[in-house]
Amino acid sequence: MKFMLLQYYGGVEGLVPMTEWAPEEAQAHIDFQLDLNAELRERGELVEAQALTAPELAKRVVSDGGAPVVTDGPFPESKELLAGYRMIDVESEERAIEIAARGSAAPGPGGAPIRDRIEVREVMWMSEGG
Amino acid sequence: MPTGRHRRDVEDLLRESAPRVLAAVVRRFGDFADSEDAVQEAMIDAARQWPVAGIPESPVGWLIAVASRRMTDRIRTDSARRAREERLAVEPKPGPGAEADDTLALIFMCCRPELSPASAIALTLRAVGGLTTAEIAAAFLVPETTMGRRIARAKKTVAEAGEPFGLPAVEERAERLRAALGVLYLIFNEGYAASEGPDLARTELSGEAIRLTRIARLALPEEPEVGGLLALMLLTDARRPARTDGRGELVPLDEQDRSLWDAAAIAEGGRIVAEEIAKGAVGPYQLQAAIALAHDRARRPEDTDWNEILALYGLLEQVAPGPMVALNRAVAAAMAEGPERGLELLAEVEPRLEGHHRVHAVRAHLLELAGDGRAAHAEYSRAAELTASLPEQRYLIHRAARLSPGGA
Repeated sequence: MKFMLLQYYGGVEGLVPMTEWAPEEAQAHIDFQLDLNAELRERGELVEAQALTAPELAKRVVSDGGAPVVTDGPFPESKELLAGYRMIDVESEERAIEIAARGSAAPGPGGAPIRDRIEVREVMWMSEGG
Repeated sequence: MPTGRHRRDVEDLLRESAPRVLAAVVRRFGDFADSEDAVQEAMIDAARQWPVAGIPESPVGWLIAVASRRMTDRIRTDSARRAREERLAVEPKPGPGAEADDTLALIFMCCRPELSPASAIALTLRAVGGLTTAEIAAAFLVPETTMGRRIARAKKTVAEAGEPFGLPAVEERAERLRAALGVLYLIFNEGYAASEGPDLARTELSGEAIRLTRIARLALPEEPEVGGLLALMLLTDARRPARTDGRGELVPLDEQDRSLWDAAAIAEGGRIVAEEIAKGAVGPYQLQAAIALAHDRARRPEDTDWNEILALYGLLEQVAPGPMVALNRAVAAAMAEGPERGLELLAEVEPRLEGHHRVHAVRAHLLELAGDGRAAHAEYSRAAELTASLPEQRYLIHRAARLSPGGA
């Protein structure tokens, strides 16, 4: 079963942006994410892990078929924008939740778990269901 | 330059040879994980060389020789394995085993109960099926490195189990056979169910599962469930040409163009079911094959013998009770005895399948049969929300839309 574990900008209420963290705190957080990816790859569970650029670089596109209307980010009305994702291929939803919980407890300022909010979404199968 | 046709022949030959070669190397060196690597390397050599240099007179002998040489190299260069080399010197050389027995022994080895289904599938395809890691990764839409790690871990588990090469002990044979057949059926379904993605790779999975089950049946003629599974695969696979339309959308059984069904596969499957059931130890695969046969025999949907199918589901429920079987029996009852009867049975099974999309899909179908389009619409919509399968969701949305108040 494949799952997307989605992370959002603004997923943690009151968390100061990473640019305000102490360098070693930021490094610890990045190391944690890379180690988790390496562990999942080693277990044969990682399909893909990607981070997305900040809301400042986001663009919104709406078109009726003619010239599109393009709006530059960040968008004041939406606090939450996708920040990144892991796609995993695991045996069960329980295992997906376990991995999401690991990611949620990534270290933040002072080494405390940031309690990131991770959304767990099953990827639809391209095959017929059982 | 080697032609595509040439390469194709070589690939087929390699795949057929894989289990014989691996069995010979495992027998000789005892180390499953390393032997498997050595055989895979030998096959890669062959895939490179043969299309250009020609196929050697004894392909299996060539592969065994190359893989053995690699094993010897490994053992020589790896001082930690010296002990094994000594053991090797005193180990008696086993006599030649039947090819089918070797393949079956490898299947048992790759389908150990400690392995997760996904790991057992990957390992079986590589070690027994002779597929490369890249091919398996492509079929399951994961990166090659990830699939490589999955296979490596599975091999480690097999090695740690430390089971000597050969068929499992008699007292655990039944249990292990159930596990092995389960994995083969999963491989088949991975290939059969797909309507998108790398089609070729997927179709090959079904073919591979059929091929391996065929060999397993040769080795275990006294086990009717092996033939039952083979027949089930053949009778299901026979409908493949008709089950998706030109754009890959699912076509339900009663709307399929039955002239596209593979008559030869149906005939063979039918023969096998009859042979196996005559052995008198009926099991779930034989019964499912008999049900598939009842569908395949009907020239038109309205010729389907639903009474027979209902009776077979009744037997299946006794042999292998489960909510999915009960659900399918409800469908058969609806077709044989009317939708009201089906809805009754569905209500009985529902508490065991709370929130499962199939309950809603079946109820939608039965309500539609009963002429209650409005209620059917709501149930199709609910099923579409709950399914994790994209082709099925498209199908359910289509059914719902046909019955929507705003629709045609």
